[in-house]
Amino acid sequence: MSTEYEAVIGLEIHVQLSTRTKMFCGCELSFGDDPNVHTCPVCLALPGVLPVTNAQAIEYALQIGAALDCELSPVSTFDRKNYFYPDNPKAYQITQAARPFAENGRLGEVRIHHAHLEEDAAKTIHTGGGGRIKGSDASEVDFNRGGTPLVEIVTEPDLRSGAQVREWGQLLRATIKQLGVSDVNMEEGSLRCDANISIRPAGSDTLGTKTELKNMNSFRFIERGIEAEIARQKEVVSSGGEVEQETLHFDPATGELHSLRSKEEAHDYRYLPEPDLVPVVPTEAMLEAARNSLPELPAARAARYEQLGVSEQAALLLSFETEWAGFFEGVLEADDTIEPRVAANWVTGEFAAELRKLDDQPLAESRVAPESLATLIGLVASKKISHGAGKTVLEEMVSSGADPAAVVAEKGLEQISDSGELEKIVIQAIEDNPKPAEQIRGGNEKAIGALVGAVMKATQGRADGGEVNRLLRQHLGL
Amino acid sequence: MIEREQVLHVARLSRLRLSEEEIDTLTGELSSVLDHVDKLAEVDLEGVEPTSHVVPLENVLRSDEPRPSLDREVALSQAPDPHDGAFRVPSPQAEA
Repeated sequence: MSTEYEAVIGLEIHVQLSTRTKMFCGCELSFGDDPNVHTCPVCLALPGVLPVTNAQAIEYALQIGAALDCELSPVSTFDRKNYFYPDNPKAYQITQAARPFAENGRLGEVRIHHAHLEEDAAKTIHTGGGGRIKGSDASEVDFNRGGTPLVEIVTEPDLRSGAQVREWGQLLRATIKQLGVSDVNMEEGSLRCDANISIRPAGSDTLGTKTELKNMNSFRFIERGIEAEIARQKEVVSSGGEVEQETLHFDPATGELHSLRSKEEAHDYRYLPEPDLVPVVPTEAMLEAARNSLPELPAARAARYEQLGVSEQAALLLSFETEWAGFFEGVLEADDTIEPRVAANWVTGEFAAELRKLDDQPLAESRVAPESLATLIGLVASKKISHGAGKTVLEEMVSSGADPAAVVAEKGLEQISDSGELEKIVIQAIEDNPKPAEQIRGGNEKAIGALVGAVMKATQGRADGGEVNRLLRQHLGL
Repeated sequence: MIEREQVLHVARLSRLRLSEEEIDTLTGELSSVLDHVDKLAEVDLEGVEPTSHVVPLENVLRSDEPRPSLDREVALSQAPDPHDGAFRVPSPQAEA
């Protein structure tokens, strides 16, 4: 009998803070500038310099800690993490090891072990050997990024699958984006995610040997990389082997995993307290400011929408993007008789689909205001137009910015409300389609679809489906 | 007492190449440093807060205002092998 295995996954997420200057010096942060135009004696580690902590970075960090429901440490200190590599001119990185600024938090179903502040390394480009480190003959170092403030968030090993990591990662990203403390742009590297992965027999509570999957630039790739690594570990263990502790890179193009560093180079960081920096002791005012700055975060907002009767899926879609949530709330504000569930379905369903058809038009550029969509939803809800006609109107609104009532008038889409008129069309449809009419009378009720279709065609979609059904059944003697 | 192997390990982490003579000298010197630390470790520190800094200061912070950076020419002037505005260094892989 083969053993069932479960995966155990913990994440380390680096968030680049959107301060104006670096963590310990006044050099400006930038992305995409010429190399080495934002350096100074501090971030180049020239002899005799002293780092000074950026107050804004502390403020942003405390906000992240508060948003992740962490205990904010009364005293946090900096340490030196020693390693020798050209991306780090001091030969140590300033980080927080012994006393991080935040501990014991939670976001959704995942516990946060701690969050700490540190400085980013410089960017190295390996020349020769096609840009990969293997086979390269030299490296070019750009210190613009060196010293950028980072918050590293370390989770407990509470995740179990690649899909769960993707979903949770998106929640984390949306949460931090909403705080406004980072761009959280994975392609530009302002949000980076490493995953520690191990497997164990299902139900066991011991941890297997873990591997580390490094630095993937989208949550889709992370999901695929993790699934590939779980499959690899199961294969190794099932065939009697042992998982070796190593760092891996996932190539999304080929779906392959490559080992980055050999075991012999396992880290030996020799941490020691950073004597150049004094402790950070958040004052009551700093803590208060961090807690008060929290906007309504995605998880809380999704819960509130569900309370209003919005489906879980629509609530999540709306909550993760501030603009979409704002649009949805704008619809409700414009017409408070609209049911939130109905408004959410229009916004995340038909409306979002129309934007996608328009080359994925961003919401911010849409010609449709929440008020117009509210008008349209009102026309459908009050049965002035059918749902099908509503979609036709929406298409026109999205492409031309037209007013919904004007489109209805111009295209003559107003629903046939005179049941006498509709009844005539129904009788005509039964006469024109003797075959399905006969089948229905013979007991095959499914054939009614053909007659509904005929009526809709004759009315150009202006009839209410429920009413058409009722009249058809009446005239067929059902 | 520190072993020769440990000295070689630390030297490797720091990318230092030591001569046989230096290894012998350093093994002795590092041993006496560690003996001294062992002596300090004998002090009973139950209930004493770790000292992170000898001066009783906290929250020395700087406002997030940009200050001028160095001209790139100046920044690179000490570099042995500048190239295309970058610090060019031997490949870390080749060196390892």
